[in-house]
Amino acid sequence: MKKLGASIGAAGLVGGSSFLSSCNQVETVSGDKIKLLTSSGELVEVDKSQLKPADMPDLSENQKRGREGLPGRKWVMVIDLSKCRNARECMKACQNHHQLRPEQHHINVLQMQDADHTAPYYMPKPCQHCDNPPCTKVCPVNATFKREDGIVLIDNERCIGCRFCIAACPYSARVFNWFEPRDAEKYKGVTYNIEANVPQKKGTISKCLFSADRLRDGKLPTCVSSCPNGVYWFGDQNEDAVTNGTTKETTSFSKLIKDNAAYTLMEELGTKPRVYYLPPKDRAFPFQGEIDEHHS
Amino acid sequence: MEKTKSPEESRKLLDKITFDLTRSIVKRDELTHFWYFLLIMFAVVGLWGWFIQIRDGLGVTGMRDYVSWGMYIGNFVFFVAVSLIGFLISSALHLLKIHWAKPISRVAEQVAIAAVALAGIIIVMDMGRPDRFLNVFLHGRFASPIIWDVTVVTTYLTISVLLFYIPLIPDLALLRDRGGSDIPTWKMNIYKILALGWKGNDEQYRLVSHAMRILMILIIPVGLSIHTVTSWLFAATLRSGWDTTIFGPYFVAGAFVAGSAAVVILMYAYRKRYGLSEYFAEKQFDYMGKLLVFVCLVYLYFNVNEFLVPAYKMKTAEAIHLRNLFTGSYSTMFWLTQIFGLILPIILMVCRFFRKPLPLTIISVFVLVASWFKRYVIVVPTLEHPFLPVQNVPEHFKHYQPTSIEIMITVFSFMAALLIITVLAKMFPVITIWEYAEEKGIEKEILAEPKN
Repeated sequence: MKKLGASIGAAGLVGGSSFLSSCNQVETVSGDKIKLLTSSGELVEVDKSQLKPADMPDLSENQKRGREGLPGRKWVMVIDLSKCRNARECMKACQNHHQLRPEQHHINVLQMQDADHTAPYYMPKPCQHCDNPPCTKVCPVNATFKREDGIVLIDNERCIGCRFCIAACPYSARVFNWFEPRDAEKYKGVTYNIEANVPQKKGTISKCLFSADRLRDGKLPTCVSSCPNGVYWFGDQNEDAVTNGTTKETTSFSKLIKDNAAYTLMEELGTKPRVYYLPPKDRAFPFQGEIDEHHS
Repeated sequence: MEKTKSPEESRKLLDKITFDLTRSIVKRDELTHFWYFLLIMFAVVGLWGWFIQIRDGLGVTGMRDYVSWGMYIGNFVFFVAVSLIGFLISSALHLLKIHWAKPISRVAEQVAIAAVALAGIIIVMDMGRPDRFLNVFLHGRFASPIIWDVTVVTTYLTISVLLFYIPLIPDLALLRDRGGSDIPTWKMNIYKILALGWKGNDEQYRLVSHAMRILMILIIPVGLSIHTVTSWLFAATLRSGWDTTIFGPYFVAGAFVAGSAAVVILMYAYRKRYGLSEYFAEKQFDYMGKLLVFVCLVYLYFNVNEFLVPAYKMKTAEAIHLRNLFTGSYSTMFWLTQIFGLILPIILMVCRFFRKPLPLTIISVFVLVASWFKRYVIVVPTLEHPFLPVQNVPEHFKHYQPTSIEIMITVFSFMAALLIITVLAKMFPVITIWEYAEEKGIEKEILAEPKN
């Protein structure tokens, strides 16, 4: 947590700073200008040929370390449902980071209502990074796998596109690239980064990765740091510390989930999620409008 | 088995049998050409559809992130199901020494080979990255039911081909030695090669029957597992509608229904087209009708278990799924498959009249079509209702509608399967001649005699 804590300030500054790290090894055709957002929030223009990867290893090394994960870590996320007002900043930032089309969600803010007369609430739903993941079990080629640090990752250089993992996931956390991905032209020739699953590839799977690339840099996941309402807590279970993406406050993970009667989603399925929810009690922002009827 | 005939009688009878059973090989008229043209044209159109799908992505189908398996997977299950009849008729019934089923065994093997080969092709066509197919072998993870499926489907195809080929060897030698001058020379050359220098002595017959016995026993566990494993592709998930323990036997029972219907239709086609009413006689249809009633009843029993037990409890997620089937958007398809594919055929086929060739064939067409839609109903509705709400996606993500590309590719699979069956029927006798002759009491020495 020390490293993470030290870099929280930087991580919180701009979601856009991840742009640089995902935009590596662009082919050297000069003349093209590209607009970049610096970490101080300034918009600058640089020649495309000048973009150099910060510390991106080659593909096989990237795949190797991507499979190993960050040693000694056990990442957890806590989502405080009483704070969510459906701002959807997390969804936007996530789609930018992972180069997703508007209909593709690594994180999706759902309108929930548990029973007929209970109060509706908003529920951000990322991949649950289960400790007993139904998706990795069924993968025929080991393209999706569980890392030591708890993250369920995808290698879209290996995925054959059978979509068995989509069928197996009870949380509907996975999306497929049915067409050429959003920025296929722009990122042609860019080396694949397994920890951000970019560039996306046609005919392969994608899903939330807890922004594994940002975690390696000691930053919080994109969704966590882009939330304006203090919904997300993220951290390392081994250190028993989670940090709020909005307030940057760090607290004890076990105390947070104990004091607030946290639960995991559909725990009866035995999937053992690494994402915890704090109940939508005493909500800061009451539910607005009609509940979307299309429930399962 | 009839009692042994005199050499004179035997020779005359054998000539007639050989003449009748080579009609499919010799016959070549306008209809043959038109049939080939039709099959190849539609198959090519389907392949073009696949080309578009590879070029533009799987998005050209109606599948999206929620309903991520659609018509292709339904069709795949259908073909695996149909292929299972090969194991029932040419192995199980053969081992039980059921004589009426002997002339049908090659028809059943034709169906099995064509269906299981196409099942393998369809699954590749469903892949997002067919170019990475080899990853299945390079990086195969044995914990995935897909790897089990690949293993058993290829094994089943291999055993089915052997079970087709080995009893064919004596026939090939017979055609090589006694075949009429009307058989094209290139076919005769193929027979000569494939007959592997068969002489027809006792040792060789002993080897053939030994090999067949081993294969017939081997194919039983393999046959049962191909459809059980296919059902586990669904049953191994947590989804309501799939998350059930009876899927294995439920699929196997359904497979026999679909396969028996396919065999009846093919028998009728051969009977009419190649004038084989003595061989695919009323007796064979009558028994096939009885077999179909029996497997339909078993399947009905599994259907009652599969739907009535959860419907009694109406657990939240199951209830959404069942309402969708019973009264919701899939109710028409669901009830039509149950009534026309199962209940009505059972009631009708109990009567003797409906087990006559033509009525039985018409019923079988209904049963076969219904069993295709039944697979569609098993695959699609479950995916339309995941545990969590489907939100923040375009309207067409919420309901699945197959596109013309999917229909083209599905039509391809049917045409390609029929093409395989047609080529097999045009190349080789549709009934095992030597086995049939043996049944009629013709001595093996006569079979080995060259044509005078």
